Amino acid sequence: MSTLSEAVGPAEPNDTPPRGLWRQGLIVFCENRLALVGLGLFVLLAAVCFLGPLVYQTDQVHTDLTAVYRAPGEQGHLLGTDGVGYDQLGRLMLGGQTSIIVGLAAGVLATIVGTLLGAIAGFFGGWVDAAVMRLVDAMMSIPSLFLFMLLAAIVTPSAPMLILIIGAFAWLGPARLVRGEALTLRSREYVQAMRGMGGTGGRAVRRHIIPNAIGTVIVNATFQVADAILYVAYLSFLGLGIPPPAANWGGMLSDGLADTYSGHWWLLYPPGIAIILIVLAFNFIGDGLRDAFEVRLRRR
Amino acid sequence: MSESIGPTARHSAPAGQAAAGRPLLELRDLDTDIALRRGTVHALDAISLDVAPGQTLGVVGESGSGKTMTALSIMGLLPPGGRVAGGQILFEGRDLRSLPTDEVRRIRGVRMGMVFQDPLTSLNPTIRVGAQVAEPLRVHKRVGRAEARDRAIEILRRVGMPRPERIVDNYPHELSGGMRQRVAIAMALVCSPSLLIADEPTTALDVTTQRQILELIDDLREEFGMAVILVTHDLGVIAGRADRVAVMYAGRIVETAATEQLFHAPRHRYTEALMRALPESALRDSGGHDRLISIPGLPPDLSGPLTGCRFAARCAYVSDECRTTDPSLIPGTHQHACLHPVPTPAGAATGPAPTQVEPAAKPAQVEPTTEPVTAAPADVAELPVLSVRNLVKNYPVRGRGLLRRAAGQVSAVADVSFEVRPGETFGLVGESGCGKSTVGRLSVGLERPSAGQIVLDGTDLTDLTGRERRRMHRQVQLMFQDSYAAMNPRMRVDAILAEPLEIQKVGDSAARQARIATLLDQVGLSRRALERYPHEFSGGQLQRIGLARSLALHPRLIVGDEPVSALDVSIQAQVLNLMRDLQRELGLAYIFISHDLSVVDYMADRIGVMYLGKLVEIGPAREVVRAARHPYTQALVDAVPSIAPDRAATRDGTTIRGELPSALDPPTGCRFRTRCPRAADICTTEPPLAGGRHQVACHLPLRPEPTGTPTQVQAVG
Repeated sequence: MSTLSEAVGPAEPNDTPPRGLWRQGLIVFCENRLALVGLGLFVLLAAVCFLGPLVYQTDQVHTDLTAVYRAPGEQGHLLGTDGVGYDQLGRLMLGGQTSIIVGLAAGVLATIVGTLLGAIAGFFGGWVDAAVMRLVDAMMSIPSLFLFMLLAAIVTPSAPMLILIIGAFAWLGPARLVRGEALTLRSREYVQAMRGMGGTGGRAVRRHIIPNAIGTVIVNATFQVADAILYVAYLSFLGLGIPPPAANWGGMLSDGLADTYSGHWWLLYPPGIAIILIVLAFNFIGDGLRDAFEVRLRRR
Repeated sequence: MSESIGPTARHSAPAGQAAAGRPLLELRDLDTDIALRRGTVHALDAISLDVAPGQTLGVVGESGSGKTMTALSIMGLLPPGGRVAGGQILFEGRDLRSLPTDEVRRIRGVRMGMVFQDPLTSLNPTIRVGAQVAEPLRVHKRVGRAEARDRAIEILRRVGMPRPERIVDNYPHELSGGMRQRVAIAMALVCSPSLLIADEPTTALDVTTQRQILELIDDLREEFGMAVILVTHDLGVIAGRADRVAVMYAGRIVETAATEQLFHAPRHRYTEALMRALPESALRDSGGHDRLISIPGLPPDLSGPLTGCRFAARCAYVSDECRTTDPSLIPGTHQHACLHPVPTPAGAATGPAPTQVEPAAKPAQVEPTTEPVTAAPADVAELPVLSVRNLVKNYPVRGRGLLRRAAGQVSAVADVSFEVRPGETFGLVGESGCGKSTVGRLSVGLERPSAGQIVLDGTDLTDLTGRERRRMHRQVQLMFQDSYAAMNPRMRVDAILAEPLEIQKVGDSAARQARIATLLDQVGLSRRALERYPHEFSGGQLQRIGLARSLALHPRLIVGDEPVSALDVSIQAQVLNLMRDLQRELGLAYIFISHDLSVVDYMADRIGVMYLGKLVEIGPAREVVRAARHPYTQALVDAVPSIAPDRAATRDGTTIRGELPSALDPPTGCRFRTRCPRAADICTTEPPLAGGRHQVACHLPLRPEPTGTPTQVQAVG
């Protein structure tokens, strides 16, 4: 066939080995120093919180009123003890576990719900879009902290409950973002090409809309996690968090506030710094991912 | 006006005349580098050019040849990472690279003007036209607000803008593409520059508008006595307009000569190949639908070191010497850098053009072809693949208010009827906005018509639903202009090709893989392509993948919506050849939609010409192009730029002016009458599409239907 002999040579793509999109993205991500710092920070904090207790064992269940307000370093308490005798470093680890688990789970939950609803609303448009988006508008018009407090006052907060409560309100942001993406993506020619093959709307959302919105979604998810960690902190700070002996960084900060003027700095600064660090870490990671996703789609 | 721009008049002076005066702009060994993430691209390598005052220099080349980089280097507008690495840019003898920044800024701002390709993105949508046009005056000449406005109105008038005193207060989005390009030209000219650089000024415009803009630039050049650098990929645009031409390839100038000389007798093998790859060349040489002579391969990657002639890998006349020695431009009036140049035909450099048949130039003399058209007669009895009857598509336009009441409707397609027979190519041409793409989208079932029938293989697809509708899509597939946009960037090629099979639930996984492998063979791609993503391919390769995807379901009809418009000439030839080969092998029918009459002329058996939603002429391709009956078709034919040397001279004044009227409120009667040079009272009534084999919807057709063809009862409608 003459077509072949003429075309085979030129039609070869350049001879570099094919590199996956993920791999190219990873390279770009790694070029962003702050993103690497953020990732490192998160890994470090997670390792300390989840693996630390194996090395540094403390009793976080029983109070010990004989050992209250010990300064850091006294009798083997690296970060001292608090007002009821819990070891502060051990408590930071325990609190971190709650914060990270609740933050991650709530962030992921919100992202999944928001992405699905946003993609469906944006792609199908019409009354589906109107219904979903008016719901989002309505819920967004109520201050979320107020709602959290109301709910937390009605039900006794536990970790799964917190995840559900935060997730139930945090999906609004991703839903709006993904809807916007879907609105532009649905008019793309590859979606039309698929329709020309006889494909359905469901396939378009599944195979074309969501995979192409994934960049926005993942970047946003990292910020969602950071936000969720902050919400846990807010609620606990206001005394509506998970009750003791469970701990989390927001609650520890709240407790520590009472001791501001008594010179027990080790009760205030460590949880505050931990919150700042983990939120910062997720924001850095988000920025790096944004770069990575943008470059991946760059045409050569 | 048109007499003064005839190239013959200008070219009567010897080409060497330019060298007598001091050139206005001179580039000496200009090198430009662009730093990218993956390395440095040497975009320009030792470019030497000169432009004399009042002269038009054409710079032509395919994408990536460095023609735009040359323009941007002169203007100091290189993209991030780009820098001029060596050489000189001499403007009136002074090197822009060594002058102080302020001085350079003034020279570039006042003495030079630039017009960009896309008039939509080169204007700021938030600033009124007048303020944008006058901005250079305000910045460089510190002119007051009121005076700037007056000067803006004056310059807008000079670029042929109707009602300039009202246009100054408009925003760019309120103007059409051609008008926006006029604004961009006005902006470039407002400081009365001595050099105008036009970078693909008409690529985004329709042919009729393109002709108006090119003539405008020519007129202004004479009026202002300025030099023009016309950068384009279109040899035809250069052929009629430039005094001298520089052909660029892979960051080098490979040939430069006076226009007439270059087009009569190209010396460099690349220039020759480029000209022969044009569909009009194939038609002229053989008079038939022979294969185009394509240039195999792709231009080299400019980020690595290159040895030898840069065109060697794609050249048909390559020798070992070409791969090792770097040819330099041979000095003289006709410079070329080729070791095995095209031999000069005796007397071609000075004498008359070799007698070539150029039918399009003198349509009146051509006897209408009475011989049967290649495909048609045998198939008359055969049932058409697609039969479109009285097709209408209106889009409602909604008002702004709360209730969004319908404020009117855009009449995109109005009563269009045609048939496509098996194995036939039906060409659909017209300006943008004429509804040709809508017809394509309706034919593949992407949209539902407002009225009329689309009969595909005996079934009317307007009333199909569900399962049957899905199966219908196997019969007809769409091929897009920009295959990159038509492929999900996150899917690998194997997933892209498998998608139609998955949707239509054809075969199991193994059968699909086998089918995909066959498809790749058919379009001439290697299996390794399967593991790659769309962004790793060039435009021509993507178009092959797009074609493969369209073929996956064994359709009987493929609707190609401008399938080669985004491709370079050499790649276009490859894709057109491939489409024709596949048509022969698989018995496909095509609807070939394009604004480019020369491509449609080459590809199609029959052509339909659309104007503002109406089919105004339909008939055998050769007849429609060479013996047009509708004045609009004739205007389109005349506006197509051609490389044929004697072609440009024969341009007469019967061109159409102005812009396409709004489809929201189309003219009553004949829709073309507002722009028609022959319009008469009778044109207020709508002309029916009448005739036998070659039908026309015109009360006053340019010529009667050729006799000798059996007058049939109107086949459709």
